[in-house]
Amino acid sequence: MNKPPRVLVAKPGLDGHDRGAKVVAFALRDAGCEVIYLGLRSTAEEIMVAATQEDVDLIGASVLSGAHIELASDLLAARSYHGLDDTPLVVGGIVPPVDIDQLLQLGVADVFPAGTAMTDVVSRVIALAGHSPQ
Amino acid sequence: MSEVKQPRTTDSGIEVACLYTPSDLGDPAELNQRLGHPGQPPFTRGPYEEMYRERLWTMRQYAGYGSASETNQRFRYLLDQGQTALSVAFDLPTQLGLDSTDLTAKPEVGRVGVAIDTANDMVELFDGLPLDQLSINFTINATAPIILAFYLVAAEQQGSDRSQLAGTLQNDILKEFVARKTFIYPPEPSMRLVGDIVEYCTTELPRFNPISITGYHAREAGCNAPQELAFTMSDAIAYAKLLVDRGLSFDTFAPRFSFHFATTLEIFEEVAKLRAARRLWAGIARDRFGATKPEAMRLRFFSGCSGATLTAQQPLNNIVRSTVQCLGAVLGGAQSIHVMGYDEAMAIPSDEAVTLALRTQQILGHETGVVDTVDPLAGSYFVESLTDQVEARASEIINSIDEAGGAIRAIEAGLPQRWIAENAYRIENALSDGTTVKVGVNAYTDYSKTENLTLFKIDDQSRDRQCSRLEAHIASRDNSAITALGSLAKAVRSKENIMEPLIDAARAGATLGEISDVLKDHFGTYQEPPPW
Repeated sequence: MNKPPRVLVAKPGLDGHDRGAKVVAFALRDAGCEVIYLGLRSTAEEIMVAATQEDVDLIGASVLSGAHIELASDLLAARSYHGLDDTPLVVGGIVPPVDIDQLLQLGVADVFPAGTAMTDVVSRVIALAGHSPQ
Repeated sequence: MSEVKQPRTTDSGIEVACLYTPSDLGDPAELNQRLGHPGQPPFTRGPYEEMYRERLWTMRQYAGYGSASETNQRFRYLLDQGQTALSVAFDLPTQLGLDSTDLTAKPEVGRVGVAIDTANDMVELFDGLPLDQLSINFTINATAPIILAFYLVAAEQQGSDRSQLAGTLQNDILKEFVARKTFIYPPEPSMRLVGDIVEYCTTELPRFNPISITGYHAREAGCNAPQELAFTMSDAIAYAKLLVDRGLSFDTFAPRFSFHFATTLEIFEEVAKLRAARRLWAGIARDRFGATKPEAMRLRFFSGCSGATLTAQQPLNNIVRSTVQCLGAVLGGAQSIHVMGYDEAMAIPSDEAVTLALRTQQILGHETGVVDTVDPLAGSYFVESLTDQVEARASEIINSIDEAGGAIRAIEAGLPQRWIAENAYRIENALSDGTTVKVGVNAYTDYSKTENLTLFKIDDQSRDRQCSRLEAHIASRDNSAITALGSLAKAVRSKENIMEPLIDAARAGATLGEISDVLKDHFGTYQEPPPW
């Protein structure tokens, strides 16, 4: 278990607000993770193909447009299709408190609404990814 | 956690002394030259001689969601509440050239703005709102020529004279590549579209601002005040060069340039930035472009305050933050202002939050006396010193961008994008280690209370209605839309100005997606460089 966690950071949907995704990517990298940053406007299919090819331990999706429920549902369906149900999906962004439970019920492993402390994001992601960073 | 910053610096790292004295103003004659008189170059003290005594700033809350008819209702509500102009927020599919029926558009239809697929939607958006009397701001960039065309068709249908149309088209594609990220086509052809729009508007729409050069989004994405100012100026230089190269006279087009800045909580640095912006632009206009008319050197701006400073924790605190930001914009001499809703760290604002944002502007405008004298902070030892320092730092960054080959080359190399991301990470780390105090976030937290705000929720049926409306439109139109799209494709290939054929296509019922596809076929699409 001394392999560093591999994390995919992606922006599904059409939203271009990438400040949070990039900052999380930087923080995870500095915490010892191997981060694959997929960039803007990735489809669920593209994200799961990348997750398979890169053999990641966790998929992080950042959404600030309000489309998080639908996009997470699409991602979870694509994840099943690609046989990646064991790879946790986490969601961050502008998420109203009432939607957090709904995302968790859908099968999202954790939700980081705007304002979550970065130290929390990093420790929860690493715990979910199932490895200790080097 | 330390209670204060040691040593004290502004957000951008300019060291702040405990005390400023007359010696910080420098030579009085030179200071007078740097300041000038309001309404005259270099406009440091304001773009107009009497500023808010002559006219209060325009109160313009950014609004839009769901379909055109729903947004029309909110526009009417805002006008009833005393708002003095309108500002349209478009949904992401509209910003990215996708019809609402497009599969990739589906989750985003009507979410962060109104869905506009055709000129008919624009007619409905402004139903009962006279376009020859209302100034309208359009936050639209990659698809700006299409939205402009839809707007002109709507104005025609209302019987409005084009010469009376007032408002602003954001049409600043460079900052999309830098920060806001709703680009479609690559930088060079995107610049051609900007040029076509400005060229067309300069002759056809004399009261309309065909571009609003924007630092706001770079700031929201994480850069600091001098960087924001520098990116804005470098982009403005690139646009001015483009237009001069097309044979337009700077003195003719530059008076219609509009600008857009953030105003964050660091109020003195923000006021300094806004004053420095006017002075810098006046110098650039004169020295780089040989401007001779004062109006061509005059920087007018809108401020959208700052959403990134708001917090989801203890959201009512955001009312206080927004008030300070609005005050900063006023003291900085804004022509038009949007104040954020206190719930915007969680959703698009509720009616209550929007109303309170507008009331914030009205209270500052009518109850505080801050509007009674022009540039009230002028002569402050501290503010003048900061204005000089922000200007100097911004000038250095403009020089670096010049050395990289100008704004377009710097963007293609990913430079501003990287600087912004690095600064955003610095800001986040300062929050994590407590160097920066954010009330309710890393200090004065209170987990015993949960806020029970009623957040705005989009009507789930709205998208289906929009898609049905579009399908019915396509089914009912004749062949002229397709013919007009063919003529547009020819114009795109020929390098002539595409606005007239584009307006013809809009009038004939072509959809936003169809028109964008014609442009995409010829221009291709753009992928941004990786962040590291």
